[in-house]
Amino acid sequence: MLSWLTEGPSLLPWLVILPLLWSILSLTAGQRLQPLIATTAVGLILLATLLVLLQWLQRGDHFYSLGDWAVPLGIRLRLDGLALLLLLLTSGITSVCTLHAGRYLQEYPRAKTYFWPLLAFCWAAMNVIWLSADLFNLYVGLELLGFSAVGLVALTGEKKALAASLRYLYAALLGSLAWLLGVALIYGHQGQLDISSLALTFTDSISGQAALALMTLGLLLKMAAFPLHSWLPPAHASALPPVSALLSGLVAKAAFYILVRLWLEMAPDNLTFSAAQLLGALGAAAVFWGGWMACRQQQLKMLVAYSTVAQLGYLLLLFPLTTGTGEEATRLAWEGGWLQLTSHALAKAAMFLAAGNLVLAMGRPDLPGLHGAGRYLPFSLLGFGLAGVSLMGLPPSGGFMAKWLLLQSALLSGQWWWILVLLSGSALSAVYIFKVYQQCYVESDNPDRFRQPALVLDLSALALALLALALGILSAWPQWLISTALPGGAA
Amino acid sequence: MMDLHFWLPVLVLFTSLGAAAIIFWLDENNSRMRSSINLAAAGIKILLVIWILVGVSQGEVYETRFTLLTGIDFVLRADALGVMFAGLSSLLWLFTTLYAIGYLEGTPNRRRFFGFFSLCVASTLGIAFAGNLFTFLIFYELLTLSTYPLVVHKGTDKALRAGRLYLIYTLGGGVVLLAGVLWMHSLAGDLSFAATGQLDALLPEQASTLKWIFLLLIGGLAVKAAMVPLHGWLPEAMVAPAPVSALLHAVAVVKAGAFGIVRVVYDVYGITLSYQLGLLLPLGIAAAITILYGSLRALAQQDIKRRLAFSTVSQVSYIALGISLFGPAGTIGGLVHLLHQGLMKVTLFFCAGNYAETLGIHKIQQLNGAGRRMPGTSLAFTIGALGMIGLPPIAGFISKWYLATGALHADMDWVLLVLILSSLMNAGYFLPLLYRIWFCPQQGEWPQERVLGRWDTSLWLLIPPLVTASLSLLAGLLAASDFSPLAWVQLVTTREYLP
Repeated sequence: MLSWLTEGPSLLPWLVILPLLWSILSLTAGQRLQPLIATTAVGLILLATLLVLLQWLQRGDHFYSLGDWAVPLGIRLRLDGLALLLLLLTSGITSVCTLHAGRYLQEYPRAKTYFWPLLAFCWAAMNVIWLSADLFNLYVGLELLGFSAVGLVALTGEKKALAASLRYLYAALLGSLAWLLGVALIYGHQGQLDISSLALTFTDSISGQAALALMTLGLLLKMAAFPLHSWLPPAHASALPPVSALLSGLVAKAAFYILVRLWLEMAPDNLTFSAAQLLGALGAAAVFWGGWMACRQQQLKMLVAYSTVAQLGYLLLLFPLTTGTGEEATRLAWEGGWLQLTSHALAKAAMFLAAGNLVLAMGRPDLPGLHGAGRYLPFSLLGFGLAGVSLMGLPPSGGFMAKWLLLQSALLSGQWWWILVLLSGSALSAVYIFKVYQQCYVESDNPDRFRQPALVLDLSALALALLALALGILSAWPQWLISTALPGGAA
Repeated sequence: MMDLHFWLPVLVLFTSLGAAAIIFWLDENNSRMRSSINLAAAGIKILLVIWILVGVSQGEVYETRFTLLTGIDFVLRADALGVMFAGLSSLLWLFTTLYAIGYLEGTPNRRRFFGFFSLCVASTLGIAFAGNLFTFLIFYELLTLSTYPLVVHKGTDKALRAGRLYLIYTLGGGVVLLAGVLWMHSLAGDLSFAATGQLDALLPEQASTLKWIFLLLIGGLAVKAAMVPLHGWLPEAMVAPAPVSALLHAVAVVKAGAFGIVRVVYDVYGITLSYQLGLLLPLGIAAAITILYGSLRALAQQDIKRRLAFSTVSQVSYIALGISLFGPAGTIGGLVHLLHQGLMKVTLFFCAGNYAETLGIHKIQQLNGAGRRMPGTSLAFTIGALGMIGLPPIAGFISKWYLATGALHADMDWVLLVLILSSLMNAGYFLPLLYRIWFCPQQGEWPQERVLGRWDTSLWLLIPPLVTASLSLLAGLLAASDFSPLAWVQLVTTREYLP
């Protein structure tokens, strides 16, 4: 076993192949076979993820060349600590969403036909992005991800969802187009697209600058950074709950992941102090605007969706905190930033699942519908409540640990304005989270209007929320995993 | 054996965490099972704390430690000071649980109530045993989260408003505290409460930074300790059910703030350094202002619970006042008051709850003749009130005696004046109540009388205040014995001053 882990063939391609196979199979197979296929596929992907983890623990960072073609002709997959973190996160969250969807879709029989193929496709696309080592591959991943995500939003067939998915589609297409233009510029100038090779040769030319600017713009649109965020809340709020969880938890992070790879790995010298501050400022604006808008929402899922806009803003603080700030501050920000991504992924996925359960149970989507829920829906609320603790960044939770690291980094690098952003952002999130909590304590005149959601629905939300909390106590291992991928080696 | 030393503090926490988990899991209507688990957990916790108490007095060290993040450890450590607070919390938890079982009989949402109640106690014990600032912060915030559902328990508009105010204050205080802890951490690393003189190396260059951090830390803690002008949440939170008020006021929340201040002064800065930096005098003045202002406001209240609330504002600051007197006597006075005030205040709130539940009495004017109708409750109330005034031989006298001695030793004679003025006002707002209870004839019908058993009220409601009242009497009578709160506080003080 041990020798197989160190010397056997890498399992990386299977992380893409398996979900693709699942997608194709479930598209052709009838409705009755769907659950069987889904169960088998999820089981196999989880197994593959586990083996990839074990392989990485044995071998460390490694590449896999598809069809044994060498760079620059061939395509390489790359596994490092960061990619591994996201793979684990994706496998965990997506399989819980699958579990949730398996039960939830009984409410939406119409959506069943295309849900599974699209979900599997989405999973494959995410894994492509985490593992890609070159810019074109990333383009392919982004396109696949965009299309499958748009499809998933449109699934319900409701008017609102269709309108939202159309906006989402425009944003996704525009973003990919900008990215592709940038890629073309770089290829025309440098003749290669492999990130690690480009890192050695990337020059500070006009075309290089233009390419970076275009790609960044495309990615900011795709990750719904302020002020390009307006497509996100309706799309995430109108989708089916397991889809919302997937989109907010994972899909929205793909563009950020690429953005970091792009700037901090490929062209670290091109990131000037002011550019980094600008990215941070966009993040801060998102924190405030998203938080403020979340406070104003009356619909539960819209509130959660605006909270995603705010929370994605924190991620952008990674850039100013790692640019020219010294070794220690950079390390802290790097670990804090990715820990924030991890805990937000878990907590937000949990929160969307729980919000979906609550809406299902209440039979209406607005906040006052929660009156009396404290007595009749304790489990659905528990999932929501615990996820909220992590989102507010209160201890003990992953969100708190992440904020602590980011705060430390800001303090160490003397950028006190980010401290203000982090602290007031947390206060703002407390306002909108408690706005939901407080509704649950109001007693209702008409208590028996709730229908209990199935146990598996509540349990899947609760499981993710508990993971987000556990991240606050067991953060040492993820922190180590992240630290191995710090750009510029262990520096 | 080593293992037990590692696990014991966690075990204490887990008795209430586990109880909370089981209670949330149980069915709402299964109240017998819920009560058994509650009481069993409370009992086990007291036994464990006694075990630790005996160990600590013999110099044993109980410490749970693991790494959370690089450079940050999660530390639970039972030292003499922590055990003192843990002992108070677990003892009063038992009585408050008994009381709450009787008080909430037949009302909805009891599962939620007792679940969060247990969580609240777990957080309080975490605060007691926290071994560094970071761990303290974790449990301090957890306490905010677990008390919010108790404050808004009734779900009325008024309760929700009080809850909002409570959150604004406590979460705001939490942010300030976080800023202080963060700054301290980047300056001096992971500070253990066990070590001494850790900050001395930073002097004299960082003296002003240390003063700013002190301001942030104390500012964050003063919110929960309800020091003026950060006390606004406390009287409003009175809308909560009586056992919650008892718990909030006597142990969990206000004491968590006061205890935090003790930790910061003695175990983060060290009493000598705090003195050198000139931090004690401002703290003392803030405490004195709170004491006088709280008493003054209490005089003006006509609602019993609100009068008690302002009395808490005033009384809790005796603790901070005692600490700010540089010298062992002041320390003893402040710390012992942490215990004594807990016992006496919990008694008063239990009694106020009894009057409200049994006779529907909320206002002071309605108390006329209550002593004849509810002699047991009224006796307990009298002991608590006289103790608060500082009448010997009740516990409150011991606190004030040591505070006064401390003030004289520290050459801060003005503190004496504060103590005298405050005691006069204490008498001014408690004695009229006692007069009405015992000497005024009943006027007409009680506002809302319920007959609960053949005694004053149901035994669930009657026994807890009688026991805590007797304990406050005993704590004063037997102060000189080896088993009194005073004896333990003297041990703590010896250890703080002689590292």
